[in-house]
Amino acid sequence: MRNRSLSFWLFLTPVILGLGIVVVIPFVYGLIYSFTDWNGLTANNFVGLENYIKLFQEDEFMNSIWFTIKFAVITVLLLNIFGLGLALLVTRNMKTNNLMRTVFFMPNLIGGLILGFIWQFIFISVFGDISGITGIEGLSGWLSTTNTGFWGLVILTSWQMAGYIMIIYIAYLENVPKELIEASKIDGANAVQRFKNVIFPLVAPAFTVSMFLTLSMSFKIYDQNLSLTNGGPFNSTQMVAMEIVRTAFSDREMAYAQAKAVIFFLIVAVISLTQVYYNKKREVDV
Amino acid sequence: MQKDREKRNTRLLEIFGLLLALLWLSPFYLMIVNAFKTKRGIFEGVLGIPVEFTFENFVNAFAELEFLKSLFNSVLITGLSILIIILFSSMAGYALARNKSKLSGIIFFVFVAAMLIPFQSVMIPLVAIFGQVDMLNAAGLIFMYLGFGCSLSIFLYHGAMTGISKSLDEAAIIDGANRFQTFWYIIFPLLKPISVTVAILNTIWIWNDYLLPSLVLSEANATIPLKMFYFFGQYTKQWHLALAGLTIAIIPVIIGYFFAQKQIIDGVSEGAVK
Repeated sequence: MRNRSLSFWLFLTPVILGLGIVVVIPFVYGLIYSFTDWNGLTANNFVGLENYIKLFQEDEFMNSIWFTIKFAVITVLLLNIFGLGLALLVTRNMKTNNLMRTVFFMPNLIGGLILGFIWQFIFISVFGDISGITGIEGLSGWLSTTNTGFWGLVILTSWQMAGYIMIIYIAYLENVPKELIEASKIDGANAVQRFKNVIFPLVAPAFTVSMFLTLSMSFKIYDQNLSLTNGGPFNSTQMVAMEIVRTAFSDREMAYAQAKAVIFFLIVAVISLTQVYYNKKREVDV
Repeated sequence: MQKDREKRNTRLLEIFGLLLALLWLSPFYLMIVNAFKTKRGIFEGVLGIPVEFTFENFVNAFAELEFLKSLFNSVLITGLSILIIILFSSMAGYALARNKSKLSGIIFFVFVAAMLIPFQSVMIPLVAIFGQVDMLNAAGLIFMYLGFGCSLSIFLYHGAMTGISKSLDEAAIIDGANRFQTFWYIIFPLLKPISVTVAILNTIWIWNDYLLPSLVLSEANATIPLKMFYFFGQYTKQWHLALAGLTIAIIPVIIGYFFAQKQIIDGVSEGAVK
C-alpha cells in the first residue's frame, strides 16, 4: 500500500478519528486550557502559569503526590517479590501448577472497584472480629487512620496484581532452557546457586518490564482508592488520580484540575520513557 | 538420595503453594459466607459459616442492582467496543505493516506514543467536548473505548503482521480481489490468534472500567461497576446486602474465567511481554 493510495487511508480513518477525537485533541486542548481560567465551557483569559504555581503551593495536592510516590515504591517492591515468588513456585514440576496459576491470577479479572469494597469488609469487619477474638489491638480500626489506609491499599493492590506480574515472570522463566538447569544440577549447584547464576541472569529483562509496568500502574490507581478508603480519613489517603477527579468534578475547577493533570502526565511519561530507554540500552548491550 | 530429597522438597512446596492459594481465595470465601447471613448473623461473627442460612440478601441485591439490566448494558457496551476495536485496529495494523514508507512509520509511532498519556490527563477536556456535541451516552462511550483501546491493539496486530507473507496479498490482488476483500478474506482469518488476545485484553479493562462510564453514562444506562457503586453507597454498613451484591456482580466474570482461563492467561501473557 502506498501513501497516496485511497485504501491505505480508508483503512486508517476509523482509528485516526478515534485516537484524534478521544486522545490527541483533548490532550492538546487540555494543555492549552491549563494556562487559562477555563471553567469547562468557556475560557476567558490566559492566566499564564498561575494554575501551576497554585498547585505547587496546595498542601492537598502535594500530599497526594507524596502519598502516591510512597505507595508506588512499596507496592512495586512487594508486587515484584510476590510476582517472582509465585512464578518460581508454579513453574516447578507439580500437578497442581495450573490450578495455582488460575487462583493467583483470578483477582486481576475483577475490577478494582469491586475488590476494594470486598476488602473494606475484610479490613473493617473481619479484622475487627479477629482482633476481638485474639486481642491483637493492631487489627482493630483499620482504614480509620492514614497509616492503616495506606497499608490497606498496599495489601489490596499487591493481592490483586501479583498474579499479573507472576504471568510476566512465568513467560520469561519458561524461556530458560531446561538443559541449562539440568546441566547446573549435574554440576552440583543447589537451588540458591541455580537461581543466582543461571535463572536470574536469564530473567533479568523481566525485572525491567515488571518494575516499570508496576510503577506506572500504581501511579494511575483510582478505583481501588475510591472504593477502599475514598481518600479518607480527611483526604489523607487520596492519590493523585483521585485528587484530579475531585478538583475537576466536585470542586469544578476545570482549568486548575487540568494543570494537575498535565503534571500527572509528565510524571507518568518520565517513568515510561525511562523504561523505554533502559529496554533499548539493554537490547544494544545484548 | 538427591532425587528423593528434591521430590520431598517439591512436595512440601506444593503443600505450601496450595495453602497460599487458599489464603488468596479467602477474601472471596469471606464475601460469600457472609452474604448468606442475616444482619444479625454478621454482627455475631464473620469468620464462621452461617448459623441461619438466608437467600434473601441475594434476592434483594439482585433487584436493587437491577442486575439483568446492568448486565445487559455491560455486555452491550463491552461487546460493541470489542467488535469495533478488533475490526478497525486490525485494518490499521495491516495497512501500517504493508506500507513501509516514512509516513506510515510516523503514524504508527504516534499511536504507540499515545499509550504514554494517562486517562486522567485527557479526561476533563474529553468530557467537555463530548458534552458539547451531546454525545455523553453509550454510543459516545463506545467511541471513546475505540480511541483508548486502539493503540495497544494496533501495536499487537502490527507485530503479528510480520509473520504473514506479503505474497498472500499479491496472489489475492492478481486474482482480482480488492484491498478490502484481500484483508477480510485472506489476512483477517490469519490474525485470529491475535484477535483473541486483543479481545481478552480489552474486555478485562472495559468490563471493569468505572471512572469513564461514571462520567459519561446516566444512572439509567449504568454498567455493572457503576451500578455497584451506587448500590454500595446506599447500603454502607449493611454488609449482608452489600456482600450479596458484590457476589452477584462477580459471577459473570467467574463464569467467563472458568470457560476461557487458558486463553485469558495466554492472552495477558502475550500482551504484557510484548
